[in-house]
Amino acid sequence: MVKKALLVPSILLFILLIPFTLGASEENIKLDKANIDLTDQASLQRGAKLFMNYCSGCHSLRMVRYEGMAQDVGIVDAKGQVLEKIVKDNLIFGDQKISDPILAVMPKADATNWFGVPPPDLSLVSRSRGVDWLYSYLRSFYQDATKPWGVNNLVFPDAAMPHVLLSLQGLQVRVNDHLELKIPGSLTTQEYDMAVRDLVNFLALMGEPTQLKRERLGVWVLLFLGIFCLFAWLLKREYWKDVH
Amino acid sequence: MGMSWATRALTGSLKWIDDRFPLTKLWNEHLAEYYAPKNFNFWYYFGSLALVVLANQIITGIWLTMSYTPTAEGAFDSVEYIMRDVPYGWLIRYLHSTGASFFFIVVYLHMFRGLLYGSYKKPRELIWLLGMLIFLCLMAEAFLGYLLPWGNMSFWGAQVITSLFGAIPYFGEGLVEWLRGDYNITGVTLNRFFALHVVFVPLLFIGLVIFHIMALHEVGSNNPDGVEIKKHKDKNGRPLDGIPFQPYYTVKDMFGVAVFLLIFCAVVFFAPDMGGYFLEHPNFEPADPLKTPTHIAPVWYMTPYYAILRAIPNKLLGVIAMFSSIAFFFLLPWLDRCPVKSIRYRGDIYKIALSLFVISFLVLGYLGSVPPSPILTIVAQFSSLVYFSFFLLMPFYTRSEKTKPVPERIRG
Repeated sequence: MVKKALLVPSILLFILLIPFTLGASEENIKLDKANIDLTDQASLQRGAKLFMNYCSGCHSLRMVRYEGMAQDVGIVDAKGQVLEKIVKDNLIFGDQKISDPILAVMPKADATNWFGVPPPDLSLVSRSRGVDWLYSYLRSFYQDATKPWGVNNLVFPDAAMPHVLLSLQGLQVRVNDHLELKIPGSLTTQEYDMAVRDLVNFLALMGEPTQLKRERLGVWVLLFLGIFCLFAWLLKREYWKDVH
Repeated sequence: MGMSWATRALTGSLKWIDDRFPLTKLWNEHLAEYYAPKNFNFWYYFGSLALVVLANQIITGIWLTMSYTPTAEGAFDSVEYIMRDVPYGWLIRYLHSTGASFFFIVVYLHMFRGLLYGSYKKPRELIWLLGMLIFLCLMAEAFLGYLLPWGNMSFWGAQVITSLFGAIPYFGEGLVEWLRGDYNITGVTLNRFFALHVVFVPLLFIGLVIFHIMALHEVGSNNPDGVEIKKHKDKNGRPLDGIPFQPYYTVKDMFGVAVFLLIFCAVVFFAPDMGGYFLEHPNFEPADPLKTPTHIAPVWYMTPYYAILRAIPNKLLGVIAMFSSIAFFFLLPWLDRCPVKSIRYRGDIYKIALSLFVISFLVLGYLGSVPPSPILTIVAQFSSLVYFSFFLLMPFYTRSEKTKPVPERIRG
C-alpha cells in the first residue's frame, strides 16, 4: 500500500507538470525581463504616445480602434467616457475618426518596396513574440554598415527594420556578444529602458485588452468555487456517513 | 393525510410520462439502482470529469460558432473579434481552448486508471474498445479544431499531419489531396475541417459515449480491488459491496467536479495560454504558406506520437509506428494474459512494465515538443522501443506473473 500511495500522486504530478517542465525551445538568446505592469495607466499612456509617434507610420494595430485603445489605457473622464479631444489632439495625426481602427499611414505596396517585407501588424505581437522578446529586441540595435539601414539586431539578426528609436537611444556598437553605447541619444540608458518598457506595456495590453478584466473576474470565480468545494465536501461526508 | 395537490400533480405527471417513455426506468437503471463498488478511489473521478469537459466543449463550441467565420479570409480575424468585441467572447474561447487540453489530461488519467486496475479485462473488453474509439474521436476533434483559428501553427500543423498520408504507397498522394480538398491546405480544407469538427465528429463522439456508459452499466463497474461485486449479493439481489450511484457517487463526483473546476478555472482566468503549451505563440500570427515557423510542434497532448514518428528514419515506417502506437491500446484486453485485474495483487513485473511505459510516454511527450537533435533522436528511439515493448512483450511477461491472492470481497 505504501508503494501505491507514493506511485499514484507522483505520476499524477508528473502529468500535470508537463506544461511547466518543458522549457522554451526557440533561439538561445538570453532575453531581458520586461517586468511590465498593466495596471500602470501612466506607463500605458506614455507607451501609446510612443507607439503613435514612432511606430504607427509603418505598423498598424488593426484589431484595435482608437476609442477602444483610449478606453483601455485610461484616457477617460470620471464617468468612464473617452476624452475624445485629448485622443484627437495627441494620438491621431491624420483625419481618422475616433471609431476607426489604428492603421499604418504607409501604403502596403510602398512598404514592401522599401523594406522588402511589409511591416507586420502589431495587434498580437506581444502574444506571438512575447513581451521579453520585444523589450530585448528594441534595445538590441547596433551599428552595422553592411546592412541597408546601417543597423543590425542582436535578438533578431538581419531584421528588416531600421532603428526607429535611434534619436532616443543613440547608437550602440557590438563588442563580441554584448553592446556598448557609442553615440548617446536624447535619453539616458535608464530612461530609454523605461520608455521601451512603456511601449511594451502598451503592446501587451493591446495584445489582449481583456486580460485585466479576466483576472479580476477570475478572483471571484475561484472564491466561489472554493466555497462550493467546501460545501460539496461537507455534503459528500454527510451522505457517506452510513457507508462502511 | 392526503398528499398535497402539488405532490399529486407531480406524481401524476411522472406516471403520465412513464406510461409513454421509460423515464423512471432509465433513472433507476443508471443512477438510483445502479450499484457501484463502494471503494472507488481518486482515479475513479476522471470518467465523470470527462463528461463534464465534453459538456463544456459542446456548449462553448456552439457559442463560438455563432461568431466564428470558417473562411481563410475571415477565420483569424473572427477569433480575435470573439476575443475583443463579443461580450465575454474571450471567456467562451478560453473555456473551449483550455477545455481541449484538460480533455486530454482527464482522458489520459482515465485510461491510466484502466491500466492500473485492469478495467479492460473480461467482461469489460467492449467498454475498453468503445473508450478507445472515443479517444480516436477526441484526437480527430483536437486535430480538426486546431486548424480553425487559422494561425500559422494551425496551418503548418495541418500541413505536416495531412502530408503524412502521402507516405502510403500508390494512393497516398491522392489521399492527401482528397483529405485537403485541394493541392495545399487552403480555405477549402478549413471549410471541411469546420464541418467535420462541429457536426460529424461530435455526433460520433456523443453516440460512442452513450454506448460506453451503456456497456459499463450492463457489466458493472470495476474497482481498485479488481473483484466482481456481483458475485456476492443480498437476498434482494443487491451487491453486498455496492452502493447506489445516486446519491452516493453523485455527491462524491460533485465534489470531484468542484475541485476540477477550481483547477480548470485557475488556468482559464490566470494562464489560458499556459506559457505557450495550451495556445502556441506562433498561432497568434495568421496562417502564412510562405513563412514556416522555426519549429513546428503539435500541441502537448499529441507530442508522444509525434516523437515516435520522428524517431524512425523511414517516413512510411514512421507513420505506421505512429498509428500503431495508438492501435496497440485496442489489443490490450487480449495482450494481457494475467487473470488478476488490479495492480494491488499483480506481480512486480507488471508494476515495472507499467512504470517504464509511463516514463517512456512522458519522455516521448517531452521530445515531441522540442526540436530534434542526433542525441535526442536516439533517446526517442530507445523510448519508442520501451513504449512498444510494453505491448509486444505483454503476452509473455503477464503469463508467468507472480500474483498475490485476490480477496473474495472488497477489503474496504
